[in-house]
Amino acid sequence: MIRVALLVAGKDLRVERRSRVLLWQVVPFGVMALLLSDLALGPNQAGHSTAAPGLFYLVIVLVALLMINRSHAIEATAGTRASVATLGLDPAGVFLGKAAALAIELWLTALVLLAGSVVVLHTALHGTLAAVPSIVVTLGAIATAGTLYGALTSGANAAATLLPVLSLPAFAPLLIAGERSFTSALHGGALLEWWIISVVALAVYLALGILLYGVLEES
Amino acid sequence: MTALDSTSVVLRGAVSMASGFPLLSGVDLELSSSSLTVLVGANGAGKTSLLRLLAGLIGLSAGEGSVLGLDLATVDRRQLRRRVGWLGHEGSFYDDLTASENLTFAAKALGRPLDELATVLDRVDLSGRRDTIAKQLSAGQRRRLGLAWLLLRRPELWLLDEPYASLDDDGRTFFDALLGEVVERGATVVVSAHDPLRSAQLRPRTLLMSGGRIVGES
Repeated sequence: MIRVALLVAGKDLRVERRSRVLLWQVVPFGVMALLLSDLALGPNQAGHSTAAPGLFYLVIVLVALLMINRSHAIEATAGTRASVATLGLDPAGVFLGKAAALAIELWLTALVLLAGSVVVLHTALHGTLAAVPSIVVTLGAIATAGTLYGALTSGANAAATLLPVLSLPAFAPLLIAGERSFTSALHGGALLEWWIISVVALAVYLALGILLYGVLEES
Repeated sequence: MTALDSTSVVLRGAVSMASGFPLLSGVDLELSSSSLTVLVGANGAGKTSLLRLLAGLIGLSAGEGSVLGLDLATVDRRQLRRRVGWLGHEGSFYDDLTASENLTFAAKALGRPLDELATVLDRVDLSGRRDTIAKQLSAGQRRRLGLAWLLLRRPELWLLDEPYASLDDDGRTFFDALLGEVVERGATVVVSAHDPLRSAQLRPRTLLMSGGRIVGES
């Protein structure tokens, strides 16, 4: 399973590096969304830092939806799907590999967005750094849940619009936990408790993915 | 159901449905190993669906059948898929990876030694294109990359979905020669096409499909 996961993650990251969609489209989209959020908050800078964690996760969700669709579009042509299916790869390994690649892409994007949040939304640097462990776990959970929902909608009619409808309710608790822990890191509060919620969610989605990914692919 | 050693495929009244729509409506078919069969028919005749059933990509809804000795009614389809090879006309690999990277992915997935790659690329005459991204290859080269993927896998049953589409005469000749070799080595090859094969090298069995069933043979 781990061998397949490493193989699939390496392949997905190589495809992403080659196509440069993440670098030239997804990250710029995220940065623009963050800038527009800053403009939408108005000229009074005082409240921007308070709103920053929520805006960061809102932008992350938009970016994640794009990336999840990308991740499954790689396998979308009928010929590729069929010939890869005949390789007989362990579906649990495929799930872990795709989730790992997606998580790495999200972490890289988050680095840029966190820098943007310090510069544009004036979040305190030390508080932002303190939030990094919880952000890593929350984005990992979003990646695993997203990979699962991506498999569910992949191949369906209007998959790009079906994905957000189905996945946003699943993302909601992750976003709340992530936003609260980021806010706690910036302004003080129960950081650990919210972090634990993200860790539990990550474990649950990993278990569900390992168990169900093959079934979803078959269906 | 008992399948003879020399029989790769047996279907009796095979029906396959998708969302209540019949893809195959009662196919009877027997294919021996070391044979080449061409499925001919118009769009929607059921050629690709039959190939997909044989590949374990869709299930059997009614009737009975076995592929490579595995009963289609009870088999774990993943087990069947590992023994068949698929080549689609729209490409059967990752467009953003190079020819070499695609084959490396397949070799690692199958646990094959990577030193086979050079031999396989040489066999399909793509050694000079090993570092070219798949989507930058011509239609003929892409088809040859698909063949390389199959040569690496060495499946017992080759399923080729319209492999001759958009190939020039040289490409067709190359394809025919390679398929001839594969059949001679004992593999069962099933090809779908719009028209009967015009090959001087191969003498395939040609089955005519229409409405999700086999309606004639020549």
